[in-house]
Amino acid sequence: MAVFEPVLLRRLGKPNSQSIETYLNDGGYRALEKAITTMTPDDVVQAVKASGLRGRGGAGFPCGLKWTFLPKNHTGPVYLCVNGDESEPCTFNNRVLIEEDPHQFLEGVILASYATKTWVAYIYLRYEYGQCYRTMEKAIAEAYEKGFLGKNIFGKGYDLDCYLHRGAGAYICGEETGLIESLEGKRAWPRIKPPFPAVEGAFRKPTVVNNIETLACVTHIIDRGVDWFKSMGVPPDPKNPRDVGSYGPKLYNISGHVNKPGTVELPMGITVRDLIDKHGGGVWKDRKAKGAIPGGISMGIMTEAEFDTPLDFDGPGKVGCLGLGTGAVTVFDEETSIADVLHNITRFFAHESCGQCTPCREGTGWLHKMADRIRRGQGRREDLDILAEIGNAIGTMPGTTICGLADGAGWPVKNAIKKFRPEFEALIRDGAGTRSRGLALVGAH
Amino acid sequence: MGVLSDDLRHKIMAYIPRYPRKQAVTLPALHLVQDAMRCVPLAAVREIADILDLSPAEVHDTMTFYGFFREEDKPLGRTRLWVCRSLACALRGGDELLEHCSKRLGVPVGCTTDDGKVTLEFAECIGACEGAPAVLVGDTHRMNVTHEVADKLMWDLRSY
Ligand SMILES: Cc1cc2nc3c(=O)[nH]c(=O)nc-3n(C[C@H](O)[C@H](O)[C@H](O)COP(=O)(O)O)c2cc1C
Ligand code: SF4
Ligand code: FES
Repeated sequence: MAVFEPVLLRRLGKPNSQSIETYLNDGGYRALEKAITTMTPDDVVQAVKASGLRGRGGAGFPCGLKWTFLPKNHTGPVYLCVNGDESEPCTFNNRVLIEEDPHQFLEGVILASYATKTWVAYIYLRYEYGQCYRTMEKAIAEAYEKGFLGKNIFGKGYDLDCYLHRGAGAYICGEETGLIESLEGKRAWPRIKPPFPAVEGAFRKPTVVNNIETLACVTHIIDRGVDWFKSMGVPPDPKNPRDVGSYGPKLYNISGHVNKPGTVELPMGITVRDLIDKHGGGVWKDRKAKGAIPGGISMGIMTEAEFDTPLDFDGPGKVGCLGLGTGAVTVFDEETSIADVLHNITRFFAHESCGQCTPCREGTGWLHKMADRIRRGQGRREDLDILAEIGNAIGTMPGTTICGLADGAGWPVKNAIKKFRPEFEALIRDGAGTRSRGLALVGAH
Repeated sequence: MGVLSDDLRHKIMAYIPRYPRKQAVTLPALHLVQDAMRCVPLAAVREIADILDLSPAEVHDTMTFYGFFREEDKPLGRTRLWVCRSLACALRGGDELLEHCSKRLGVPVGCTTDDGKVTLEFAECIGACEGAPAVLVGDTHRMNVTHEVADKLMWDLRSY
């Protein structure tokens, strides 16, 4: 196989990669010119649909298909909300994309806006990404100056405004309807769906929500073509009629107990083992891995024995995980107590549940309390069954929870209990607790 | 005279044309006020509501949803130091780093040093996991923060 040349990260580390001049020198905004001067909005939608691009924000929904859900012949306004909340623990690929190459992403924003006939694009950025905010502010100003934003883009009568909107440190703002509520100036309580945002989203108007990496891919699909995009990745699994394939390049984040944490771009479908060994420098301190989270903590936990699983949209599900998620792999070594990992994960969800739905609000709290007492050596035998029961129920009972947070909170719990039960049992039997007692400094809230 | 300076009022109003509804300016307004005043006093909530044609309760409701904004009884210090406690950092000493900072600053997590210079908080994943353990100084990342690096950082934050 030919060596893979990064595309999304091709300009990483080049001098001044953030400026519009260097971007233009490297062929930037060529795709936008092509789209606006030679393609109709629907042509762009069809190209993205044909490419098989699936959302990189976690749910993997086919991007072009989502765009077709906008009402036909609507008179506007239509909004694009770019999801730059990136708060899934252990995930940072959106940050790298913006910090290194803001215009590549911005070109995708404008292309998506043109395709969906959007009037205004809002880029919702988490507050914690201050440097990204300042980089994007400059990029947007440059794009206005060159006429890629504003009135009459490329003289073809298409107008677009683009604004940055800063979050305020809440994970739930990454859920697309939580994001919309937050943008509107309200508490970020996810909405009951339907209606889906495509029909009734921001300011009650048709709205598309897309992730930053998804939109960066759009730039290259228009520039390099559908065939190029489909030339890499994993075709649909014939045994799974619901799999529509995982095409294109993907950014993977590696963190935790590896020698070389970082971000790499690879064709979709690398295995966890290759990611760790070939790109993450292997497990640190010459130890072995005990397990990993495959794509943000919401996706569950893999054991070391499951590391040959490919990281495409369909792969992690084959070993009982929720999915590809954000493609962010965090490794923990054999010296790590699984009870500490579980405690950390449950603490996150107990802190971030928005509190609207009882099973999620109460369930995440209970999960955390039980994980905490097991870690302290005060666990009871029945706790494991209760953990598994809540982990299996929370977020999966139709009509009891509004958004996917509850599902994501349950997944690592049920995986942990199922895959590491003997270790938990030993901890409870010995009553000693884990070595790292952690802090009594901060509670769940 | 209200608590919001003319400059702040103008900055808030400059956001209004960006959105089809004024309520969407709530978060930008809260950010502007907290940046300048280190908290959002109740009087400012009323004045923001007035500018945006909202009731103060609506602004207050949004504000308190985000643990991010401070009321006047607990203003932020000059710099907010957030130490990440999520998984990738915890695996590389994030919890210990938070404890270390708390001891070194002499304040519990969530509190501000007596000289008003540093507020220590925990954060959930700040998206800098390749440099775990990581912290935010205001809104800027610092990565690979050993206890020595943290000591130097805290010293610098307190001595200017
Ligand atoms: C609790 C929760 C948090 C989420 N956080 C993010 C996020 O930070 N960034 C993101 O792009 N998508 C996030 N999503 C997924 C979004 O709801 C949505 O599917 C996505 O932004 C759509 O964009 P895409 O199709 O381009 O991936 C989250 C979903 C849930 C349920
Ligand atoms: S499932 Fe949880 S996070 Fe989602 S809306 Fe309900 S309470 Fe909020
Ligand atoms: S877990 Fe600390 S920055 Fe991501």
